Amino acid sequence: MSIENLKTYDPFAEADDDSGQTKQTQEYIHIRIQQRNGRKTLTTVQGIPSKFDHKKILKVVKKEFACNGTIISDTESKGMGEVIQLQGDQRLKIKEFLTNKDAGLGLDEKTIKVHGF
Amino acid sequence: MSSEEPSAQRRTSRKSVAFTDEKLVVDADGTVTIMASEDDQHKDTAMSHTSPTTAPVTESADADGLDLSLLKKKKKKAKKEEDADAADDDAAAAADGEEGAIDLSMKKKKKKKAVKEEDDFAKKLEALKLEGKEGDEVATAAAAAPVEDEQSGDMDKGTGIWQHDETKGITYDPLLSRFFALLAQKNPDHASSGTRSYKIPPPQCLREGNKKTIFANIAEICKRMKRTDEHVTSYLFAELGTSGSVDGARRLVIKGRFQQKQIENVLRTYIIEYVTCKTCRSPNTELSKGENRLYFITCNSCGSRRSVQAIKTGFSAQVGKRRKMQQG
Repeated sequence: MSIENLKTYDPFAEADDDSGQTKQTQEYIHIRIQQRNGRKTLTTVQGIPSKFDHKKILKVVKKEFACNGTIISDTESKGMGEVIQLQGDQRLKIKEFLTNKDAGLGLDEKTIKVHGF
Repeated sequence: MSSEEPSAQRRTSRKSVAFTDEKLVVDADGTVTIMASEDDQHKDTAMSHTSPTTAPVTESADADGLDLSLLKKKKKKAKKEEDADAADDDAAAAADGEEGAIDLSMKKKKKKKAVKEEDDFAKKLEALKLEGKEGDEVATAAAAAPVEDEQSGDMDKGTGIWQHDETKGITYDPLLSRFFALLAQKNPDHASSGTRSYKIPPPQCLREGNKKTIFANIAEICKRMKRTDEHVTSYLFAELGTSGSVDGARRLVIKGRFQQKQIENVLRTYIIEYVTCKTCRSPNTELSKGENRLYFITCNSCGSRRSVQAIKTGFSAQVGKRRKMQQG
């Protein structure tokens, strides 16, 4: 007779797996807003997974939201990865775009954090 | 216009703001209403099927409170219904009293009155519907009782699937409803505790010049939330994507134009993230720096402890003159 419970795999190995997973889910996409002069604002999107082509995303987004934008790469943003910067308050729209399965990236809503007022 | 003015006055003269967790209220209402409906059903069926002589027995079983036998609840249930009504009234009253107050829910503050009226109306409608449903349920239960459907049976009387010698497996849903019924029955104060509200004074925002906002009562708010000024300040700056300073009277000067509503929204998210206990939703918590540079929130009412994320500023683009200077 053997104890079934103890036959499962090493708990430490499992912990490692877990931490890997949580690390993935911990990496949020941050959508922020910044005030410029007057009523003008900037929207920054930080942490879009690198499996996506940021340039293409920007191209589509610019057309869809009818706004200009730019990609700020590593050197300027100091370890923040590539940041997409859009003109105007595009927070809701970009969130919709990121989560939309048909016309967007189809990301999980839980990985997106919208900051700002 | 004349109708607008008094409301505006009231708004400014308001002293404190209620943070009611809308979800919670709804939750409580939900459970309460469910119970109420069950209640009626049981009562009616019990009356129709059991003789009145069994009633005292069930009551006594109820009184000792530990009896898990399936014969019970009668008196308490009736009381529960009253409680439910009371809770509903409370909620309505709260909504009435704190019109224009800040809810912890993300509901917009605009059109408060209209929304409230709608809410009330919806509530009433729901109640009506429920009553109708109860009636139906009673009727169907009475009809179905002799047939003894697969997963039917009276939990209180121990008939059908709830019989002691019943060998049939009970599906998850009835078990779950039974659990909640028992839980609510044994702890009558749980349902009512959900409607507690948390109040902080509304942030006072002044404009300094054209480009700066003064957040006047930050010290008071921080004191109420039991958090340090620095923590709240850094959160505000991180979320608003600006910077600022503290002036002589301990007021916070924020760069950029912000309205009271916007500050309020940020404070609300702050409270959700760093003040309320996720387990019991009580705002009576303490933020402390634990080991490993992590911040922990310890709840004073339920004793739970959770770690919170450190405040990160994240990416912020250079805006304005500095940018030109950098490049030039």
